[in-house]
Amino acid sequence: MRLAEKDILDIESLSVERIKNILDTAEGLKEISTRPIKKVPTLRGKTIIHFFYEPSTRTRTSFEIAAKRLSADTVSISASTSSIAKGETLVDTAKNLEAMNPDAIVIRHRAAGAPHMLARLVRASVINAGDGMHAHPSQALLDMMTVREKKGRLAGLKIAIIGDITHSRVARSNIVGFVKMGAEVILAGPPTMIPMGVETLGARVGYHVQEAIKDADVIMVLRIQKERQQALVFPSEREYAQCYGLTEEKLAGVKEDVLIMHPGPINRGVEIAPEVAEGPYSVILEQVTNGVAIRMALFYLLLGGAR
Amino acid sequence: MKRSLIKGGRVIDPETGLDGLLDILIENGKIVSIENPQSSIVNHQSSIINASGKIVTPGLIDMHVHLREPGHEYKETIETGCLSAAHGGFTTICCMPNTDPINDNQSVTDYILKKARMAGTVRVYPVGAISRGLRGEGLADYGELKAAGVVAVSDDGNPVMNAQLMRRALEYGKGFNLLVISHCEDRNLTADGVMNEGITSTRLGLPGIPNAEETVMVARDIALCELTDARLHIAHVSTEGSVRLISEAKALGLLVTAETTPHYFSLTEEAVTGYDTNAKVHPPLRTDRDRDAIRQALADGTIDVIASDHAPHSSIEKDLEFDQAANGMIGLETSLPLSLQLVEAGLISLNDLIARMSINPARILNLVHIGLKPGNPADLTIIDVEKKFTVDPDTFRSKSRNTPFTGRELKGKAVLTMVGGKIVFDDERQKH
Repeated sequence: MRLAEKDILDIESLSVERIKNILDTAEGLKEISTRPIKKVPTLRGKTIIHFFYEPSTRTRTSFEIAAKRLSADTVSISASTSSIAKGETLVDTAKNLEAMNPDAIVIRHRAAGAPHMLARLVRASVINAGDGMHAHPSQALLDMMTVREKKGRLAGLKIAIIGDITHSRVARSNIVGFVKMGAEVILAGPPTMIPMGVETLGARVGYHVQEAIKDADVIMVLRIQKERQQALVFPSEREYAQCYGLTEEKLAGVKEDVLIMHPGPINRGVEIAPEVAEGPYSVILEQVTNGVAIRMALFYLLLGGAR
Repeated sequence: MKRSLIKGGRVIDPETGLDGLLDILIENGKIVSIENPQSSIVNHQSSIINASGKIVTPGLIDMHVHLREPGHEYKETIETGCLSAAHGGFTTICCMPNTDPINDNQSVTDYILKKARMAGTVRVYPVGAISRGLRGEGLADYGELKAAGVVAVSDDGNPVMNAQLMRRALEYGKGFNLLVISHCEDRNLTADGVMNEGITSTRLGLPGIPNAEETVMVARDIALCELTDARLHIAHVSTEGSVRLISEAKALGLLVTAETTPHYFSLTEEAVTGYDTNAKVHPPLRTDRDRDAIRQALADGTIDVIASDHAPHSSIEKDLEFDQAANGMIGLETSLPLSLQLVEAGLISLNDLIARMSINPARILNLVHIGLKPGNPADLTIIDVEKKFTVDPDTFRSKSRNTPFTGRELKGKAVLTMVGGKIVFDDERQKH
């Protein structure tokens, strides 16, 4: 059964039913990756283009593996080795890719809204693999899958998201997704990293980490980008680690079965202490495993079967 | 002798206080008389323009237009920009200096004036640069610019970040009675922002521009206006905070005037949803609250002028990712219709609207002939306030199509534009 949607651009445009459907499908497909022969013929003859304008290891590899496990043909383009480097616009690139009749295009782009622009220009399904500070829907879906797997539900859970909310597409998609599924989302971080009006997405804002994580079921830690220091968003990594970094001391008194998540790549010793990243609460690598299953589900639901 | 008679229209002129069914007799490009229909002389040689059921006003003036020539003729030329103005009901426009080369010297001013004469439609008054090369470092040669014909100076597009330079521009400009038009923006606060900072930017994940980027500069420039006792005109006001400061400055008797544009009283940041680059403009479209404050300020006179900030761009600058797309929208051919919606909504009288679009800019620019008076050149606009139409950029005379108003149903537009007795636009005949 195919999705009615042509594209997966953000979590906002997915209904609760649709999200459940994607998570259920991913759970079913997860097993394929544990087989000795990790391949099913479902998407044989389909062509998927992976178009990454921005550097990525995790997301890109995850999408490619997902496509290959479903037997789709994949092509991978990066900005530095493509005509982008020669000054081709996104509109022209899109028209040229479209002319080769791909079935899906996965795009990661520096600019918010770029996947939306692409989706308007091509017949192929477009999957947003991260656009600027806007959205990273497959990450939010794999995070929801991981939490649901561990907790058996999403509704009623308390999710604390810690760090640079302003510059994080992962945070935006997770706020929208978890709120949609009935969880409570609380944000904490320096006020310079909390975007204006974020409460309208349904999240609560607190500035203190310990308060936010006190009775959280899930603690999601966001990556701190060093470049943000130039934008005067925080004074130093040292100060950040002390005041907002997730350390063992700060974890004293948290729920026993709390999950600690991070979308990666992590800055050890900045937003998360190494002992915490590798500690008993951490499900960081399980997130990565589920990432492949979620992306297989997205390809399957967009391209598999009859519409 | 060439005579024409504009017959049967409701003549409204805030300058002279006229408002009634009057005929206007024009000879050799000048207004000869404005009188009751009974007493007006219809002479055999007169050509008659029937204005019954229409409004006849002093020619509209748009004091903030980007004509793009010289340098960016693929976006607009002086000829197409002037034609676009005529079609929008404007008889006079001021063009900003951010061309290539920049209008910071006599030869560029001469070139613009020569091209405008050749176009032969609307009157063009160039605005010179505040700083040489718009670089915000040294003053441009105001004496030379004034002699060549500029009516004001502005670094529009760029803010004057150096307060000392702005102070000197205001002071030095006084010596030539040159108006300084300020593009109020603190670039450090704008940073990498591409739309208004608020709920919508948070939702769309676009870097935001706080409203304080404008408001803090308005505050600074008002302080400098007080210091120098020079005339300051604040361009494209978009925030509630700016309105508050301008209102205070006026109450103190400072020589501050201000303009806003139709997009700031017609749209909000919501228009950016869907990443529509036609809604990308600087200052950015703001919130409901700002829009309402701008409307109120237009009604109560805190904002003196409606200007379009007509900013043509081609698909080369607009068919891009949102953060890469150029700022600006065209406005000459939608400015009057959008402004008339304020009258329709009961927010402002027709008389006051005409003041904001003709008399006030003429006074601020120190133009010699203001209003419909015998002896003045026959610059006038005939408006059909009942005419309904749908905005379709393909019908525009501008070279560019970058408007966020496509498809909008509007009521009221200019149907005839006359400059010095010459019809430069006639909706019925579509001569031009």
